Amino acid sequence: MADTFTFELVSPEKLLLSAEVNSVVLPGSEGEMTVMANHAPTMSTVKPGVVTVEGADGSSKYVVFGGFADIVPTGCTLLAESAVAVDALEADELDNRIKAANEAADAAVGDADKTRLAAFAAQLEDLKAAI
Amino acid sequence: MPSLKDLKNRIASVKATQKITKAMQMVAAAKLRRAQEAAEAARPYSERMASVMANISGAVSGDDAPRLMAGTGKDDVHLLVVCTAERGLCGGFNTQIARFARLHAKELQSQGKEVKILCVGKKGYDQLKREFESAIIDRVDLREVKNIGFANAEDIANRISTLFNAGEFDVCTLFFSEFKSVISQVPTAQQLIPAKIEASEEDAQGSDAAYDYEPDANEILEDIIPRNIKVQILRALLENVAGEMGAKMSAMDNATRNAGEMIDKLTMSYNRQRQAQITKELIEIISGAEAL
Repeated sequence: MADTFTFELVSPEKLLLSAEVNSVVLPGSEGEMTVMANHAPTMSTVKPGVVTVEGADGSSKYVVFGGFADIVPTGCTLLAESAVAVDALEADELDNRIKAANEAADAAVGDADKTRLAAFAAQLEDLKAAI
Repeated sequence: MPSLKDLKNRIASVKATQKITKAMQMVAAAKLRRAQEAAEAARPYSERMASVMANISGAVSGDDAPRLMAGTGKDDVHLLVVCTAERGLCGGFNTQIARFARLHAKELQSQGKEVKILCVGKKGYDQLKREFESAIIDRVDLREVKNIGFANAEDIANRISTLFNAGEFDVCTLFFSEFKSVISQVPTAQQLIPAKIEASEEDAQGSDAAYDYEPDANEILEDIIPRNIKVQILRALLENVAGEMGAKMSAMDNATRNAGEMIDKLTMSYNRQRQAQITKELIEIISGAEAL
């Protein structure tokens, strides 16, 4: 039996999940990473994607839209801009977000902003393909 | 002296008013509970955000900190974000915040600084426009919003950062009312930009560990600070809603009680007058009989 650690998924509006889990797969901005107990202290930004939580009683999946993760050996906190369980995600919500992101990218002034927003839109597209 | 009929009408009208204030009090009580729950639910995020901020700011040296944290290096132009309620009938709630902001603005002006004001909520705008009409650069209307959520805070935060990036101001302060209890709301000022980090709240668990940063500390900080601003604004808005409902509840409670007192008084004089009229009629009959 693998060690467990505390995983907390927090969105600005509420604490979505707080549980003892075996492992968590995070869509880190530098690539996917799996967090297990006794992970080295890490702080990472998270891009839009799917978080897979492996608990003692099966796994669950959540969709997060950006945020960042604070990982210490005894626990992991994921502060997500907004997060929903995959099952609860409405079909057109993603499309709406992609549309909004694209519009924002088009409206942005300055190259840095434009690239950033376009990248965000692309990440959302990837996410849609993944589900 | 009002006639019996007048008194009767007054009593009826005060009773109707009392029913309304009573209903408003109950509505406010229900909304207060919901607002408190929302504020409670938002707390974990802002707490963790604070600990992460404290954590990471230690890792970034002062020189290459992002602009939102370091500020512009000047403090000539101040932006005051004044958050008030959309509706009145809640005692001194809005006035308190507006007065607090006004004092602050006056003080800054007397120091020769330029003041700009961003009003969130209609009531604050109504009160501040008399004196600071020219200073108010924008206002956010939350009248149509039923449940204040992250999206509202995000919208306000985006406006602020757009202004900041355009070099419109150097220091940004947020004014709102901190919810202490149903009967006590304290107007509070909080500096948003440059970000103030409370080192005292540093989390014991992480502060001594050597962190790995992905991508790197600076970039994370740049990502976190705008989020932090949104979270602070969200917190202010939620506290404000709870405070408004608390203030409304006690104001309406007072109003209901006052209406009750008024009804008692009016009923008393109604009864007196009725009695006087009966006595008068009796006297008239008796003296008429005696005259015969």
